[in-house]
Formats: sequence, C-alpha cells, structure tokens
Amino acid sequence: MLRHSVATAALIGTALFTGAAFAQSGKVTVVTSFSKDVTDPFKQAFEKAHPGVTLDVQNRNTNAGVKFLEETKANNQVDIFWASAPDAFEVLKSKSLLQKHKPKAEGIPDKIGSYPINDPENLYSGFAASGYGIMWNDRYAKANKLPEPKDWQDLAKPVYFDHVAMAAPSRSGTTHLTIETILQGEGWEQGWRTLKEVSGNFRQITERSFGVPEAVNSGQVGFGIVIDFFAFSAQASGFPVKFVYPTVTTIVPANVAVVANAPNKAGAEAFVDYLVSPAGQEVLLEPSIRRLPVNPAVYAKAPADYPNPFKDPSLGARVKFDVNVSEKRTNVVDVLYDQTVTFQLDALKAATKAIHDAEAAIAKKDNADAKALVKEARDLVAVMPVTEQQASSSEITGAFTGGKEKGARQAELEQQWAAFAKERYQQAQAKAEQALKLAR
Amino acid sequence: MAGATTAGRAHAPSVSSRFMRLSATPGQIALALGITVFLVLFLIVPVGTVIYVAFTEKGTGEFTLVNFLDFARTDLFIRSFWNSVYVSAMSVVVASIFALPLAYITTRFEFRGAMLIQTLGFLPLIMPPFVGAVAMLLLFGRNGTVNLLLDEWFGVKIPFMEGLNGVIFVQAVHYFPFILINLSTALRNIDRSMEEAAQNLGSSGFRLFHRIVFPLAMPGYIAGASLVFVKVFDDLATPLLLNVKDMLAPQAYLRVTSIGIADPMGYVISVVLICMSILAMWISARAMRGKDYATVQRGGGGLAKRTMRPWESALAYATVLLILLLVLAPHIGLLLLSFATIWSFSPLPDAFTLAHYGRVFGESFVYIKNTLLYASIAGLIDVVLGIAIAYLVLRTKLIGREWLDWAATAALAIPGVVLGIGYLRTFYGVQLPDGTPLATLWITIVLALAIRRLPYALRACYAALQQISVSLEEAAENLGATKMRTVRRVVLPLMAGGILAGFVTSFATAAVELSATLMLVQSNADAPLAYGLYVFMQSAAGRGPGAALGVIAVLLVALCTFASHMIIEKSQKAKGASR
Repeated sequence: MLRHSVATAALIGTALFTGAAFAQSGKVTVVTSFSKDVTDPFKQAFEKAHPGVTLDVQNRNTNAGVKFLEETKANNQVDIFWASAPDAFEVLKSKSLLQKHKPKAEGIPDKIGSYPINDPENLYSGFAASGYGIMWNDRYAKANKLPEPKDWQDLAKPVYFDHVAMAAPSRSGTTHLTIETILQGEGWEQGWRTLKEVSGNFRQITERSFGVPEAVNSGQVGFGIVIDFFAFSAQASGFPVKFVYPTVTTIVPANVAVVANAPNKAGAEAFVDYLVSPAGQEVLLEPSIRRLPVNPAVYAKAPADYPNPFKDPSLGARVKFDVNVSEKRTNVVDVLYDQTVTFQLDALKAATKAIHDAEAAIAKKDNADAKALVKEARDLVAVMPVTEQQASSSEITGAFTGGKEKGARQAELEQQWAAFAKERYQQAQAKAEQALKLAR
Repeated sequence: MAGATTAGRAHAPSVSSRFMRLSATPGQIALALGITVFLVLFLIVPVGTVIYVAFTEKGTGEFTLVNFLDFARTDLFIRSFWNSVYVSAMSVVVASIFALPLAYITTRFEFRGAMLIQTLGFLPLIMPPFVGAVAMLLLFGRNGTVNLLLDEWFGVKIPFMEGLNGVIFVQAVHYFPFILINLSTALRNIDRSMEEAAQNLGSSGFRLFHRIVFPLAMPGYIAGASLVFVKVFDDLATPLLLNVKDMLAPQAYLRVTSIGIADPMGYVISVVLICMSILAMWISARAMRGKDYATVQRGGGGLAKRTMRPWESALAYATVLLILLLVLAPHIGLLLLSFATIWSFSPLPDAFTLAHYGRVFGESFVYIKNTLLYASIAGLIDVVLGIAIAYLVLRTKLIGREWLDWAATAALAIPGVVLGIGYLRTFYGVQLPDGTPLATLWITIVLALAIRRLPYALRACYAALQQISVSLEEAAENLGATKMRTVRRVVLPLMAGGILAGFVTSFATAAVELSATLMLVQSNADAPLAYGLYVFMQSAAGRGPGAALGVIAVLLVALCTFASHMIIEKSQKAKGASR
C-alpha cells in the first residue's frame, strides 16, 4: 500500500518537475469518453511523434468526466478533456474549467457542414466530425421482411413500428444536436410532428449513446439512429449491419480542450496541436476509428468511398444551424422530449399504433369521417405544450439553469408537460380507434 | 412460527435478567464511537455534501421542503415509486422460489456436489457490468436464443425481458444468492436436537420443514429477503438495461447525471430511497422482535443430513439442475460471448475463437491484481464492521445503537455516482504532504467499495449472531472470562459461517462494482477489472474482449467463493468430530 502511493507520488512529482523544466515531456493526463479503439491508436501515434511524453488515458463517460473536473478543480491533475458532446464542453466553459488554446494548424476551415468547428473564444477545438444516420441489422431486417430506409421520414412508416431505437437527447449530446437540427430545419411545430411520428415507432429510448448500436449489433432492435462511426466500426468488426446517411443529415464535431490550470500545459497544447495536424488527422481514417477529419486536405489519403462533408453537400451543408438558438433552449428541448416522449413512450406508441391501424383500414375502404378523425388524432399527438417563443423565454429556461428569478419550478413544468402530452395521446388513441370502427 | 416461539419460550426466564447484565461497558462505548466516526467520515459526510441539495431552493440555495412536495405532486415519481415497490416485493417472491429448494436440498440431505451447487448458486451475484447485460439479452431478449428458437419451432415469443416483469425476472436471477447464502448458513446453524425432538413427537416431511426447520432458519431468510428487497428497490442498472425508466432509482440516476441541469429532484429521490431502505430494514427487524431464534447446542454440522430414496434423489437433482440452468444462463451466455466471433440475431454465435482472451491476457494482469487487493480489503473492513455493529445492536443496550445498523444499511440506497462525487468533494481538497490529493490514492476506491458493500456483510453477521444463544456467553462470563475473551473464544467461532458468508458476498460484489469506481479511478495502473471492462464495452470491437474479461472476473470470484465454502465445510466437520 505504502509502496504503491509512494510510486504514484513519485510519478506525479516527476511529471510536475519535468513538465516545468522541458516543454512537451512528462505525462499528459487525458480524461476522455472515447473507447480504447479510438484512444489507443492516438496514444501510440502521439507518443511516437513526441518521444519522452506519455499519454495517460482515463476513460470516463462524458458526464462523469464533467463532474470529475468540477469536483477536482481546486487541485486539478488533468491536462486534457477529450469527448464528442459539444454541450459538455459548453458546461465546462461556462464554469471556467477550460483554458484558451488556439491550435497551430493550417488549412482548417471555420465550419464543417453548417456547424462551426472551433469555439469562437478558442476554449475548445473540433478535431473530427461525424454524421448522423440510420444503422440497421441486416439479418433482423430480412427476417422481419423490412425494407431498407433511406430517410428520416421513412422511419415514421407503419412498417417500422416497434423496430427503431435512439438515445435520449438529454443523455446524448450528439442526439440532441440531431433533434435540434430537425427542429431548426423544419420549424418548431413541423419538427416536433416529425420527431413524434418517428418516436411513435420506437422500440426503446436508451440512456447512453452506445446503447443503440449495441442493441442493433446484437439484433435486439432492428434500426437505430446513430452516429456514423458506430456503424462503421461495427462493420469493421464483422457485424451484419448497414448504414445510410439520410438526404439531410447533421454533421457534429468531436472536441478537445486544455483544462484550466493543467499541470502539464505545454504537453497538453502539444497534444491538441497534434490532433489537428495532418499526421493526427490521418489517424482518424483508421478503420477502428473512422471519423471525418476537419482538415479537407487529409481526405486525399482516404479510401475511395470515404464520405467527405467538404465535397458532398448532403452531409450537413444543406442544414441551417443557428448555434445561439440552440444554446438558449438546450435544456428546454431535452426536457420537453423526455417528458412528452421518453417517459410517455407507452401512451405515444398506443396512439401511434391506433393511428396506423385506422389508416390501414381507410386505405382499404375510404371514409371521410374516419379520415377527419385520424387527422385530429395526428394533430393531438403532434401538439406541444410550449411555443417556440416560450421555449427560449427566460421564465422557462430559468427553471432549468437555476436562475434567481422566481418562475415555475422545473418539477412543476415537467408535471404540466407530461400531463399535457399524456392526456392528448389518450385522446388521440380514442379518436383513432373511433375512426377504425367507422372505416371497417 | 410455532417452532421459533417454542424455542423462545425455553429461554424466557433468562430474558429479563440478561438485559440487566449486558449493559454497555466502556469498551463497547468506545467501539460504538469508533464505528460512528468511520460511518460519519466515509458515508454520512460525503453523501451529505451531495444530497443536501434536496433541501434547498434552486437558484437561491435557501432551505426549503418544497422539492418533496413537488415529488408528491409529480405523476411520474408516484408511478415510479409504486413500480419500485411492486418490483422489489415480487423479486423477493421469485428469488425465494429459486433459493429455497437449493438451500434446503443442499443442507438437509446427503447430496453429492452440494458444495459445488452452493458455489454455482452464488455466481449470479457476480454479474459483470454491461457485458452481463448483453449476454442476458442475447439469450432471453426479444431476439435472443430462446425466443428465436421458440419462434422458429412454435411461432411464439415469451417476453422475459419486457417491462416490469422483465425487471423482476432479471433481478430475481441476479439477487437470489443473497437468500441462498444466508438461508444455507442459517440452516447449517440449527440445533439438531430441535429437529430430533420434533421427529420423536411424530413430525416429518413437509410439516417438519415448515413448522420447525424453516422458522428456526428465519433470521437467515429474513436477512437475505430484506437485502433482496432493498437492493432491488435501489438498483438502477437492471431497469436501465431493460429500458424501464419509470422506477425510482433510474429516475434518481438520470437526474443526478444530467449534464448542465441543476435539478434537485435527483437528490430528493435519493433521500426517498434512503428512507425507504431504512424503513424496510426497520420492518424486518420489527417482524423478528419478540421471538428468540437462538439455540444452545451448536456445532453438530447443523441439521442431521438424511439420505434420499432413489426417486427423491432423482427429483432433487432434476429440480436443482433446472434452477441452476435458469439462473446460470447469463453466465453461459457470457462464456459463449467470450469465445464468439460474431453473435447477432442468431441462436448461437457464427463461429468461435480464442482471440479475445489473447487480447486481454496481457493487460488484464494489473486489473486482476487490483481487483483482488481492493475487494479483499473492502470485504475485510465490511466483516469487521459488520460483526461489531451486529454485536452492539444485539448484545448491548446502548441508546441509538440501531442507528448504526440503519446508517450502514442506507449505503445500499445511495447511487454509486453520488458516493463517488461525495468522495471527490470531501477528500480531493485534503492533501498529502507532497501535494497529492487524498482522493487520488487507491485506498479511496477501497473505502468506497467497503461502504457500498457493508450492508451485505452486516446482514450476514447480524443473522449469525441472532442464532447464538446468549446463555453461552453468560456461561463463559460466569466461568470468569472477560467480555473480550468471550467474544473471541465463544461468539466469533460460533459466527464463523455467517462471517464467511458476509465476507464472500461483500468481496464478490465489490469485485464487479463500477459506478463509484468510475468516478474515483485516477489511472490505469490503479484500475480494477470492472473499469477495464467498461473501457472495452464502449465499442463494437470491444464486446468479445469485454466478455473475456468478464469471464475472468467471474472465475476469479468463483474460485475464492469455492475456497471459502471448503473452509466452512471443513470447520463444520472439525467441530462435528470434536463433539
């Protein structure tokens, strides 16, 4: 026990000493949410490029990582925070836990797709990007005779009922961006309608991002809304899965930041610089990682069918994305989704099923009254308890961030929204069932 | 119950005088204070620094109880609450159905392989995080082995893992060893003469079991059943794995770990969980009050083991095999997964390989070493504390002694992530002379593990002590032995079975703990197996190696369990021989 702690102390001591004496040496401590398949190749490449430097990788999920930095800030021992979710970096930034560093790299544009690559104040930098899409298990699809989807709207079709999965936007920063893109692209009302129509077909809403590809890989769920690299790395490991980018997809960056008061600041900056350097960017092309480089020049070295967001306009460029709008209502959108969809999934699915059945009956035997009822049912499912203006208003956003002004409490809003949605789903189900009777 | 009360009446005259004589000595007071300091330092303060938020207003931080009112007014939380109660109660019922036959057959009859069955029956408790879940889904999920075959042969599917009933099924499989291990120990401790007396009076068969044997083993059963109830009530991993979110523990977890939202409700739910856990323990203690389970004669190897008639024997083997097959299915799945190339939407893997073991072989050594080190120290701490708390509660009249028990039990209700944050908050500011924060030392992980697993060891020690008659200690003291010597020479040896059961449970479950560990691990060199598993299980390519690591963890713990069963058996035999 004693030997152990002495060794640790000695190690940290050496790291501190050498870190101060020579730039770019000693130990660089990284807290990351990335898996071993991603971190190992970077560790090897970086240590090779910087002899004498060791990269000490601590794996934590994004949330644990954020909490860890928060709790240990008084005596920080971490140099780098390295993760996907931009919202985690926003939280760290707002708590002044990050340090400014503008990476020394040539040829990196301001935007990838329609999303800015770097934080405007240079507190964190994007080093890779990924696109969202649909991944499915081929064996599952064939066994259940399901067609291959091409677009988001396809997933709302009755044939996919109970076959789709997604991570909750409140649990996955990247899923959140996808939801927000749909809301901005289609507008608040139409966006939520699409989201609920797709969500009505969900088999499950997982609480961690990797839960979706895991369920698809093992064949428990047929179709998943996932980031591309989950599908590509599963394919590389031999799983019978396929992937498609929808015609309109979001490109989301993965980020890296130097932690405030980093014990080895020079080493940390060297690591960030390495990630965005051409050599570091090329590591991204490895089959086990397969993320999109932010340096357009690197795509020249990529395999022929590698998606290139700088050339292919369907990858992100067609989407309009306003970061300010998104930031203002982040929590509201997450909680709205959780309260009206995640925690009401049974009621939503029952309504969706009833609507599908009624529409199938109407398709066989037309009936104007039944049609009107189904339309009413669909509207009831789609309606939201708050308007777009309310969603960004300070009375509502303050309930989540803990603003000093006394508005409604978060718990009160949640209860209101949940009750609102549940009541309407039940009404929708009743109307759809009525329509089914008429059309029979 | 008749048997227990009859046994109780035999001692009735000594009751009043006993309590007068066994009031607290200075040594006992010092012990109680020591334990209190430990619990305050490593449980109450760290957790308090986190969950006090439940009592404050968001934004202003002023004291308020409005959050609890919000809890009561939110449909989701009320629904979650009743779902949790229902699932926990039903899990106890199903777990009892698994555990009773196994415990009874292996302790009551001459049965070949009893020790092996006890060890195997213990394995479900060691379910490595993530990969255990994947294995379970691959077998019992909607498109798992069983359902794919059923669908192919009969065109039906059984929803083993859907909704609340799915949670009950998985929880019962996972936690029934709590009942098995505590009940078996209790059965071994029963005074053989009680059974013989009943038989002489003409009782036999099932009547003998449910009127005499089972009531006498009640402390063990209650210890196990209350643990299952509280553990299921507080468990968040299984419901989340099955995507059931409307239960209390998952709701607390989802809220405590949401990024960027300062939501007091997660902590409010934590407080509710803690209160419910204490309430459950209080009810179970209450149910046992006024009854005396202690028997005087000890060490005959427990119940007289009987030989079975051939048809009885066949029936017993069939029952045992069936139960073992069911509860060990996840581990069989895990084993398959660790050798599988690809296993996706098919009853069995496509092909088998040894490559996954090759990949983890090199790096798993440091994980194994750390796991053994951490889990055994944590187990030892738990057993020592467990014995001390059980002794103080059952053998002294110290005021507020039950609070030691309840405080330690409350640890069950605290989500690992809350404990982890609390430890960072409390101990990261404390620096060693060279400037290293206290929280970066691996001993912090050990302490967190010890606190999280203390309730298991405590319940086992508590049940063991309940079965020992005070008159034995009185006899020793009358013969001039000091309290210390009495405890050492009389109480501890008689508790040995329960102590080992407690150690094994704490050790085994600490070996696969993840949630607090993930918060506290500071470097790969200090990481235990569960952390290594987590790192692998975040990618598709890591599934096989993760499963291999899981198998290693299970084997490791199983070996230790088997060894301790050998020790129990040996000591029982030795006692029997010396009688």
